[in-house]
Amino acid sequence: MLDYVTLKIIWWVLVGVLLIGFAIMDGHDMGVGTLLPFVGKGDTERRVVINTVAPHWDGNQVWFITAGGAVFAAWPLIYATAFSGFYWAMMAVLWSLFFRPVGFDYRSKIENKIWRQTWDWGLFVGGFIPPVIFGVAFGNLLQGVPFYFDENLLVHYTGSFWALLNPFALLAGLVSSAMITFHGAIYLMLRTEGDIHRRAKIAANIFGILALGLFAIAGIWVAKGIGGYAIVGNYDISALPNPLDKQVTHQTGAWMQNYSKMPITMAIPALAFISGIIAIFLAKIEKAGAAFVFSSLMMAGIIGTAGISMFPFLMPSSSNPNSSLMVWDSASSHLTLGIMFWAVVIFMPIIIIYTSWAYKVMSGKVTKNYIEDNKHSVY
Amino acid sequence: MQEQLVDISRLQFAATAMYHFLFVPLTIGMTWILVIMESVYVMTGKTIYKDMTKFWGKLFGINFALGVTTGITMEFQFGTNWAYYSHYVGDIFGAPLAIEGLMAFFLESTFIGLFFFGWNKLPKAQHLLVTLLMAIGTNLSALWILIANGWMQNPVGSDFSYVTMRMEMTNFWDVIFNPVAQAKFVHTVSAGYVVGAMFVLSISAYYLLNNKHIEFAKRSFRIAAAFGLAAACSVIVLGDESGYTVGEAQETKLAAMEAIWHTEKAPAGLNLIASIDEKAQKNNWEVQIPYALGIIGTRSLSKEVKGITEIKERNRERIIAGIEAVKTLEQLRRNPSDKAMVARFETIKKDLGYGLLLRKYVTNMDEVTPAIIQKAVDSTIPAVTPMFWGFRAMVGLGFTFLLLFAASFYYTLRGKCAHEKWLLRAVLWSLPLPWVACEIGWFVAEYGRQPWTIYGVLPTHLSVSAISVENVYGSLAGFIGFYTLLLVVELYLMFKFARLGPTQYSEQH
Ligand code: HDD
Ligand code: HEM
Ligand code: HEM
Repeated sequence: MLDYVTLKIIWWVLVGVLLIGFAIMDGHDMGVGTLLPFVGKGDTERRVVINTVAPHWDGNQVWFITAGGAVFAAWPLIYATAFSGFYWAMMAVLWSLFFRPVGFDYRSKIENKIWRQTWDWGLFVGGFIPPVIFGVAFGNLLQGVPFYFDENLLVHYTGSFWALLNPFALLAGLVSSAMITFHGAIYLMLRTEGDIHRRAKIAANIFGILALGLFAIAGIWVAKGIGGYAIVGNYDISALPNPLDKQVTHQTGAWMQNYSKMPITMAIPALAFISGIIAIFLAKIEKAGAAFVFSSLMMAGIIGTAGISMFPFLMPSSSNPNSSLMVWDSASSHLTLGIMFWAVVIFMPIIIIYTSWAYKVMSGKVTKNYIEDNKHSVY
Repeated sequence: MQEQLVDISRLQFAATAMYHFLFVPLTIGMTWILVIMESVYVMTGKTIYKDMTKFWGKLFGINFALGVTTGITMEFQFGTNWAYYSHYVGDIFGAPLAIEGLMAFFLESTFIGLFFFGWNKLPKAQHLLVTLLMAIGTNLSALWILIANGWMQNPVGSDFSYVTMRMEMTNFWDVIFNPVAQAKFVHTVSAGYVVGAMFVLSISAYYLLNNKHIEFAKRSFRIAAAFGLAAACSVIVLGDESGYTVGEAQETKLAAMEAIWHTEKAPAGLNLIASIDEKAQKNNWEVQIPYALGIIGTRSLSKEVKGITEIKERNRERIIAGIEAVKTLEQLRRNPSDKAMVARFETIKKDLGYGLLLRKYVTNMDEVTPAIIQKAVDSTIPAVTPMFWGFRAMVGLGFTFLLLFAASFYYTLRGKCAHEKWLLRAVLWSLPLPWVACEIGWFVAEYGRQPWTIYGVLPTHLSVSAISVENVYGSLAGFIGFYTLLLVVELYLMFKFARLGPTQYSEQH
């Protein structure tokens, strides 16, 4: 079996991969949901928009579910601390997700204007709110979250819900929302034609520029205004996880240290900017398929940047820095990390193969005629 | 305060889980019925079977949407409301949950999309394959979640670590092949098959009673009757297996389920019915079948079934030993390098969970009094009356289903089901009963595990998040609001499309 430290690092990468997978896959249908009320005029157009993702949204959502399950299995303390600490934010994510299964499946089953328009806004909520809240959560992680562990390792959260909505976190929420909407707009360009395609193209342009611009501002803010966290003294990274046996301080500029220590990591934020610019350009010249690849890379760059800036921290504590959670002391046991690693190695390729097949079967433009011809069987 | 927090968190978990399980069993059962119908279509080429697959598939889809919605809630519950639990056992419990996502949810959710939208895009055989994979995914999801749940009932393959303050996995295979989990899996999916079969049977009976869609309804009726008969047999046989594993792993639950106050000489008799007096800890009278419980509960004529009084005495010893374990752990946490202390802790830690039961009443183990110990001892047995009657209701319903499916099968084989109005009415009115049986089953399984979340390891009382009661009241109110609304919408659509019947499809082809 791989040694413990290696597995801890591998799991940091794997959770990142799952989050990026979530952003790419569930992200594009959330982006489509966000755009739905704006790019689709009239019922048939709205149905076109919805049916670009109809066969896939549920499978895509499993990226989110699996990322949650993987955090539970690999970083139980993060799962416990984040979900209970961000209690109301989590409820808001959960309750907005409620609108998706029902919105997709029930909307077109009743022919009534108000009914359908209500669910269109439901799908908007389900697509718009979760990415904003995930962004806000990342914004708070970067600043540190007020919590501590008591001697039994029971976590106590000491902040309020409203404290989560501070300016930097809101900016992070906007970055997240803009990139997801950008990505969704490109997907819509790929799968639609005519008016919807044209409107999606405008959206892609706006949100692409917005995403990169806001990301740049957030980067400067982190470098100049936000104090990071650093471990004091020697720390044994191979020790059994115990989040109470270290010393941590708050330090301005600490989130930049990884980049100066290992300049190669600069490639990650660079990836975000370069891919973002290429994606905007490709969307302009109607190469939506290639643009989708590059907007995916852009999101990988943005999420990766947040991860690398904080490494090895995952969830720093602002009120009691010694309780901060790191890659080294949030992890499961050696055995569990090993088993879960193999589970991912075996199943992930299989999942990617059949998901690709499902997209291939359903590929091609969704048109108004298709909707009219299959009125009773499509969403 | 803590007391109230625990109660309201339990209420929220129970409410959201039982709500999730309104939709789960129908999904589990319907997937196989769809596979059967579509297989017949592919083999015979008769389009009526394709229409059947599509029509029942539509109702299945309406149900599935809420299964997904409420399932996400469950995944959140552990972290939001049971944070200490998540920390304490995530190392073991999280693994099957994550594997469930990788192995099962991806499969069912990806292929359900193709099931609905792939009819005109895929050749017949490939579409059947899609339906099959969806069914397999669904059943695998039940397998993994029940492995997780089975571990809570019978925590094998794991060990407590004083450094990390949590349970850690020592043997993954033990967790997977946990006999309790296996018995639970087969019993629970069979229960799902019963639900699915009854659903199709009842709605078909409704058409037959109203003289609508006769050909369609007769065929559906036949498939459902056959599938239901097999499912009812298996739910009973495998329920008996569940009873046996409970007898092995959880004496307290078995004793409460059967209202056995005192250990009897082997082989024990089975109380068919009894008048229970919880205060006096005895039954005023009981009607017994001699030997039966010994055979069902222990699979032998010589092993005895422990009674509540005796179990409590043994629990008292374990609680007293547990005090020492908790104190030693506290010292060890302050001074982890004390080798002698480590060695001592390793020998007594098996009773740690019992010591932790006292934390409900005191934080400092030096303040424990005999009265407190007595309270803790009494808390180790769940209330007997609801367990006893709940269990009997489930079993009674099981045999009722067997009769209904057997009768339906008999008449459909003779081609006369459409004329037996009494049977059709009985079937129609039985529609909600399998759901009732499932909910009661979970009640018996989960309430019967109290006062533990992890049996013998982690008391429910300690498992909750350190959040304010107001938060939980608020979220509970939200769930009740959302869920009521969703249920109304779901039932409206179900009734609408069930009433409408399959005409839509027959017109198209
Ligand atoms: C015996 C079966 C069973 C049990 C005990 C549970 N579930 Fe469930 N769950 C299913 C069987 C199932 C299913 C049949 O696979 C569902 C129900 C209907 C459906 O759409 O899929 C599902 C859906 C479902 C989903 C959505 C999956 C998707 O998008 O496809 C999640 C996240 C969960 N469940 C999670 C849970 C958790 C955390 C549970 C523990 C409390 C739980 N379920 C109990
Ligand atoms: C969907 C089917 C299920 C139903 C209907 C159900 C029902 C219940 C009920 C009634 C309770 C409350 C018991 C009480 O407090 O008296 C409960 C508690 C609980 N159950 Fe389940 N349960 C289900 C599945 C599961 C599964 C699969 C798991 C774990 C994988 C689980 C874990 C828990 C936990 C952690 C609690 C809270 C602690 C407790 O009160 O014991 N449940 N459940
Ligand atoms: C003669 C018939 C039956 C017997 C002997 C039986 C036995 C049992 C036992 C002993 C348990 C508790 C297992 C535990 O605590 O771990 C249980 C649970 C359960 N039963 Fe039954 N049962 C029967 C019929 C049914 C029927 C007809 C249904 C539904 C259609 C059903 C659904 C359930 C469910 C959903 C559970 C909870 C999950 C589990 O613990 O397996 N049972 N049953």
